[in-house]
Amino acid sequence: MLKVQHISGGYGTIPLLSDISFDVEEGKMVGILGPNGCGKSTLLKVISGIMSPTFGTIMIDGNDINEYSTRELARKMTILPQLHASAFSSTVRDTVSIGRYPHQSGFFSSWGAEDENAVKKAMQQTDIEKYENQYLEYLSGGEQQRVFIAQALAQVSKLLLLDEPTNHLDIAHQKQILDMIRKEVIESNLTVVSVFHDINLASLYCDEVLLMENGKVKAFGPPHEVLLEERIEDVYKTQISIQAHPEQPKPQMTILPVIQEQTKEKRITVENLKLNEEYIEFRSHFPLRVLSSAVHNAGLGWYANFMNRTVKPDYDIEHVKEEYLQYLVSKGFSPTNTVGMMTAVDTSKAVIKSYEMPFGEVIIAVTAGVGNAIDVSQSYKRNNFFEVGTINTWVIINGKLSDEAFVQAMMTATESKAKALQEEEVYDCISNTLATGTTTDSLLIAATQQGELMQYGGPITEVGKVIGRGVFEATVEAIHTYRKGDS
Amino acid sequence: MKKSMVFAYSSSIIILLASIWLGVSIGSADIPLSTLWDNKTNPSAYSILWGIRMPRVILAGLVGASLAIAGAAFQGLLKNPLADPYTLGISSGASVGAVATIFFSLSIPVIGVYTLPLIGMVGAFITMILVLSFARLIDRSMKMETLILTGVIFSSFLGSCISLMIALTGQQLREITGWLLGSVSMRGWPYVQMILPFVVMGVVFLWLNRRELNAMMYGDERAQALGVNVKKRKYAILAGGSMLTGAAVAVSGTIGFVGLVVPHMTRMLFGTDHRHLLTLSFFNGASLLILCDLVSRTIITPAELPIGVITAFIGAPVFSYIFFKQRRSRG
Repeated sequence: MLKVQHISGGYGTIPLLSDISFDVEEGKMVGILGPNGCGKSTLLKVISGIMSPTFGTIMIDGNDINEYSTRELARKMTILPQLHASAFSSTVRDTVSIGRYPHQSGFFSSWGAEDENAVKKAMQQTDIEKYENQYLEYLSGGEQQRVFIAQALAQVSKLLLLDEPTNHLDIAHQKQILDMIRKEVIESNLTVVSVFHDINLASLYCDEVLLMENGKVKAFGPPHEVLLEERIEDVYKTQISIQAHPEQPKPQMTILPVIQEQTKEKRITVENLKLNEEYIEFRSHFPLRVLSSAVHNAGLGWYANFMNRTVKPDYDIEHVKEEYLQYLVSKGFSPTNTVGMMTAVDTSKAVIKSYEMPFGEVIIAVTAGVGNAIDVSQSYKRNNFFEVGTINTWVIINGKLSDEAFVQAMMTATESKAKALQEEEVYDCISNTLATGTTTDSLLIAATQQGELMQYGGPITEVGKVIGRGVFEATVEAIHTYRKGDS
Repeated sequence: MKKSMVFAYSSSIIILLASIWLGVSIGSADIPLSTLWDNKTNPSAYSILWGIRMPRVILAGLVGASLAIAGAAFQGLLKNPLADPYTLGISSGASVGAVATIFFSLSIPVIGVYTLPLIGMVGAFITMILVLSFARLIDRSMKMETLILTGVIFSSFLGSCISLMIALTGQQLREITGWLLGSVSMRGWPYVQMILPFVVMGVVFLWLNRRELNAMMYGDERAQALGVNVKKRKYAILAGGSMLTGAAVAVSGTIGFVGLVVPHMTRMLFGTDHRHLLTLSFFNGASLLILCDLVSRTIITPAELPIGVITAFIGAPVFSYIFFKQRRSRG
């Protein structure tokens, strides 16, 4: 569809682009990325023929763009420059109709059914039909941008060049416009080349991205190949972190602010834990990185407060989400800053242990009840039933853990718990084998993320050793207390 | 064509015909409609109508129409609501030519009294070439800002040339200021014949670019992406507009207001679409100037006021009224 071959050029004598080559296949969406002033917009202008390159050729459908007349070229491709207001106001319909210019010819204007349909369709796609007879100046920035995109769509060219199409728009409009363009790419085989400011949007919507640096191509390919942490940091001269999108297989980056809040020392101690009648609470003045299987705010995140709440055995588990949320609010916890667990075990039977390690203190808190003890290897023999969790484990670390250390910490803690049940000879009453846990155990690993990075959390690492030992000791003790209370 | 446009054209044409009729019938001698074709019953009225009033009305109409359509085109092209036919300095060139003719009492043999408009047109033509080539020299792509600035530079330079001649002149002062304020009186058919070819050519140039003007409202780059050969079209529009302006100024002096305000009024009433705006401005400009000329020659009879005084005098309140109404209904 589009072939860019060895393009060099720029304004006046200053070369802005040097030796840029890439191909775009039909029906693909390509994003151009790069720092300010790297030549993104200039490249787009050269591709569109608005600027001539000093060297190199642009081919569309196998022909050099110079072989087409301006009007022919406008039927092949269109460029939508960054939004700018017109000095005189027109209606939305008139503005969109101008997109039909390259299809009209002759001494008198010949407005045909095809023109009419193209304009109608473009207005439908951009959802601006309701503004048809309104004046452009009375629309919001997002609506105006949609009108200009409709104008470009009414041109019905196979190649669409966009310069930051979602500039100045709020996220809802960004999404709407890019979703619509993406839909055209998929359904109508439209080819799109667009300059993006926002790396994440480009990653989400583009099949391929072109990363530019100082007028040269730094990398070109699918987003996951191009958008690498070190490369982005190198090109943009900044600090970022790249992670997976929660729903899509696309890399997403976040910037890392340099300024750290130095107000208070970020350490936690046993003092942060408190036993109440209804719950065990942990409160910190700063959020910790947490990985947990909890009722409220499970998964990976940053939270300052944890709650392990005792509920009656007849607790209505059906509406647990809403009920727990209301409970947190009623007890003065911020629901967005708190991880919440549940147990049927009385809070007075909680075991809290503290271990002083070279890297910092590690606190382990366990509540254990073994009424639902189960051997996981035999669990397939059971029917599913759900009751309130009975062994809840918290591991709170003064230290900085990598993602893999978090996962390894979970494994270590789990294995250690299983070992504790074995040691205490807790049996699965259905299979009559040694139990490895209960039916609804929960685990929470939290780290302050201060100090030196601990890359691993396996059994032979400093942190792994203390988790293994601590969880084992605390669980054994908790089972003792539980059994004592029972008898 | 849409219903609203049918109304726009029919009302504009009816107003123009009415203006022409008022222009030829009102005056020191009242002339009935039948005189148009009947030269038997009242031969003197017939000769006043066809010999004096009709050429005057037609000339006023052509001048008003030229200035209005050129103004509409320049405002669209330069994307500047303050632009008018005089923005590019072409009119100053025509004025310098005309004032110099009076100042030096020039008279080319054979053409005699037509020396002034002829030199005026030559002045306009030379200025147009100079402005365009100077703007091109500065900036090959001829950006709008470059054009406007070049026009301003040329206008002020030529304006000071005119001031210099005014300062140095003695007995021609009244004649020069009279000409500068503008008038269409005592011109006759030869002036109409002189301006007509330029008007036709200029209007055709602009009208052929009506759709391109629509596209160029969104900027040169967007226009090019829409398939407009921007450079070529820009030259055509500038040449057409300059031709109209130069010719109008050469025959009637610098009549202000029409070129600035008629396009705005037309736009407010009938929309920004240049496919209609150009033609409608043409009709409305003609009507406005014919009516202004009528007022200028009848208000303090037997004396005549310069038409340039009247255009703003009538035009400004009308414009204010439309401006007010339109903002109210839209906002």
